[in-house]
Amino acid sequence: MTARIGVVTFPGSLDDHDAQRAIRLAGAEPVALWHKDKDLKQVDAVVLPGGFSYGDYLRAGAISRFSPVMESVIEQAKAGLPVLGICNGFQILTEAHLLPGGMLGNDHLHFICRDQKLRVENAETSWTSDYRAGQEIHIPLKNMDGRFVADEYTLDKLEAEGRVVFRYLDFNPNGSLRDIAGITNEAGNVVGLMPHPEHAVEPLVGTGRTDGLPFFTSILKKLVNA
Amino acid sequence: MARVVVDVMLKPEILDPQGQAVQRALPRLGFQGISDVRQGKRFELEVDGPVDEAALARIHDLAESFLANTVIEDFTVKVEEAAEVAEAAK
Repeated sequence: MTARIGVVTFPGSLDDHDAQRAIRLAGAEPVALWHKDKDLKQVDAVVLPGGFSYGDYLRAGAISRFSPVMESVIEQAKAGLPVLGICNGFQILTEAHLLPGGMLGNDHLHFICRDQKLRVENAETSWTSDYRAGQEIHIPLKNMDGRFVADEYTLDKLEAEGRVVFRYLDFNPNGSLRDIAGITNEAGNVVGLMPHPEHAVEPLVGTGRTDGLPFFTSILKKLVNA
Repeated sequence: MARVVVDVMLKPEILDPQGQAVQRALPRLGFQGISDVRQGKRFELEVDGPVDEAALARIHDLAESFLANTVIEDFTVKVEEAAEVAEAAK
């Protein structure tokens, strides 16, 4: 038996199919979920993919956060359902307050698209157990609103509790405070990051490496062994 | 019908690169003496019926939960016809 991992499509999602493909390559079964449908189809985990849901109107993720599917995602995430938010998905998770802090426009005011070096800071979340803490990886990054901000108290708390999961290395591409690229909630089941692991799962495309694949093998192992 | 205005601004401690870009353009346009610009959002809500305390309370909730993200933004709510501010967010 394998795990069923849902991928939500919002109006304006772009990377839902890539996320499904990454899940399939890792050996799990992708399940398409629809933003208007509260039904999570009994999936074992959910990926909120990248894109520009609702055109980033109001704030990135602000409108998606109130979609019917998110009612179920928020409720079940609080009960332990593993959820990964990539790029726009990360923005939705902060808007939904499943993750602390907020996302704002890049400090240089430009869209950015590059292969980004990251350091894995926490290899104990549901989505990062196939990495080693301290491992350096290359993952594509592409966003307009990638600047992670939070107050000093929250930043200190995140650091002290080991909840900074990924940090930008060599170059901070968007002005994120303390070079934070990704974080997790207290329980470690909800992870959000700006870079796109689903674009780094096959040697043919992206960085030419498969540094993003462990996200999807991590969650699969966790679910199958559960 | 009355108009209620919700103004949303980034919290003062949060960097506003858009406002900075506007500020930096000012000397080029011949405007001197403006040391800082911060850019926000203004929402104009046309309200059916009276803007009483209950209506304002609902709009306050709307601003707090949706129009602003209070993790990164502050907001104020005011009735436009009345000169005085009906309610200011904490």
